[in-house]
Amino acid sequence: MTDQKEIDDHSGVETTQHVWDGIKELNNPLPRWWLWIFYATVIWSVIYWIFMPAWPLVSSYTPGLRGHSDRANVAQDLVEMYAERAAYAVRLNEASLEQIRSTPELLEFAIAAGDAAFGENCAPCHGRGAQGAPGYPNLNDDIWLWGGSLDEIAYTIRYGIRNENTSSHFSQMPAYGADGILTQTEIDDVTEYVISLSGGDANAAMARRGAGIYAEQCAACHGPTGGGDRLFGAPNLADREWLYGGDRETIRATIADSRFGVMPPWEDRLDPATLRALAVWVHERGGGED
Amino acid sequence: MNWHKLLERHSMLLVVGILAMVSVGGIVEIAPLFYLESTIEEVDGVRPYSPLELAGRDIYIREGCYTCHSQMIRPLRDEVERYGHYSLAAESMYDHPFQWGSRRIGPDLARVGGKYSDEWHRDHMRDPQSVVPESIMPAYPFLERRELNAGDIAANLTALRMTGVPYTDEMIAAAAEDLVAQADPFGGGAVQDRYPGAVVRDFDGDPTRVTELDAMIAYLQVLGTMVDFGTYVPEDNTR
Repeated sequence: MTDQKEIDDHSGVETTQHVWDGIKELNNPLPRWWLWIFYATVIWSVIYWIFMPAWPLVSSYTPGLRGHSDRANVAQDLVEMYAERAAYAVRLNEASLEQIRSTPELLEFAIAAGDAAFGENCAPCHGRGAQGAPGYPNLNDDIWLWGGSLDEIAYTIRYGIRNENTSSHFSQMPAYGADGILTQTEIDDVTEYVISLSGGDANAAMARRGAGIYAEQCAACHGPTGGGDRLFGAPNLADREWLYGGDRETIRATIADSRFGVMPPWEDRLDPATLRALAVWVHERGGGED
Repeated sequence: MNWHKLLERHSMLLVVGILAMVSVGGIVEIAPLFYLESTIEEVDGVRPYSPLELAGRDIYIREGCYTCHSQMIRPLRDEVERYGHYSLAAESMYDHPFQWGSRRIGPDLARVGGKYSDEWHRDHMRDPQSVVPESIMPAYPFLERRELNAGDIAANLTALRMTGVPYTDEMIAAAAEDLVAQADPFGGGAVQDRYPGAVVRDFDGDPTRVTELDAMIAYLQVLGTMVDFGTYVPEDNTR
């Protein structure tokens, strides 16, 4: 091969002088459209260097004329977002929860904001319709473990239940079986008595024996007639509503092994206005108390 | 001299030329990240994973959680609104490899720590649809049945130390016992001395043994909780 150009006889195009099995490769020029796009991208990159952060230097980088920063941008976006909501957020924070409830405009805003926050943060446990699930209370009914007034609901949302937050609600039921406080027979008897409290189909003789044990072990928190006590978050046992299930096996398991339902605190995760909106939202589900 | 012809006909020269060309990209794009002050951010609170959390992270990777869950809250308004403060590079400085992920079939998990109770995680791993009916996540009921096999946990810490994670000799020596102690509600003190802020409790509801679920929940509950955003000043790190 030589350094001279070689023109293919048939097509009249210059060859690369590469030969495979007697076939020569033609050195066709790049298509014009392709070449122009290539030049355009080169020009674009120069424009980009000028306007956007681009080249690393010794201790910093070229910031570009626009001084673009994702973090500064999101901070600005958040400022604008809070400013947009400020008109309502300030009123949500300043009004008493009762005032929010009685001001239709504020109430509408609180319900909308509460609904959005509930869907993301609360629904995984309480269900999208706040219907609850075994171990996670239904928020639509009028049964409240720790109180159903606006302020009590707000407190529970803010600090949670049985978590690491020092203000959290706290109580702990003994595990009567696992900790060996009661014998298996005694647990069977108390189970029957608890079933009888809500008019369930209980073994009368066992329930009679269980009554004595109940009075000694359970009544301090759950009340002499099973009415419960919100001071300890102790559920009402006489209302036929069950957090973990009202069948014999579940009730027995609750007595033997206890339960320790945890709700996280939300004060650090959500802003104050959202916390208050959530309290109003939950209260307005239908079971809110005055 | 025809350069094209010269390179084309000397393969070693071509290799050297290719390496030189390719390394330009690396030098310009990667090397500055190691020395530019503005890209290195020091944040209080970020610590190496405790042995139990690390074992949980290995299970997270083993089960391929990263294929559906990202751990990267981008600096965008809607993400910050939903998930909390955007992720900082420093928060995954001890992740080898990091778990930023690239797909969100499920929600982002960068700040899932503390968001739900252990009991919820147990229910959710056992049968995700029992707590979130619309979920398409597969169930992982075997995690709570399987005893955690972490016989190599000390070697795991040692290997990570080689990549720059500041595990001390003491941490490595105590790795096996720390792993068990963190899942024991009364085992606390020493673990928390070595790993400040580590949550010590029985995660899986079975205090008699340490299961894969213990490790998994311990890992999930620490995600995004190391930096105290009550004291973090974003303006110091705006760039």
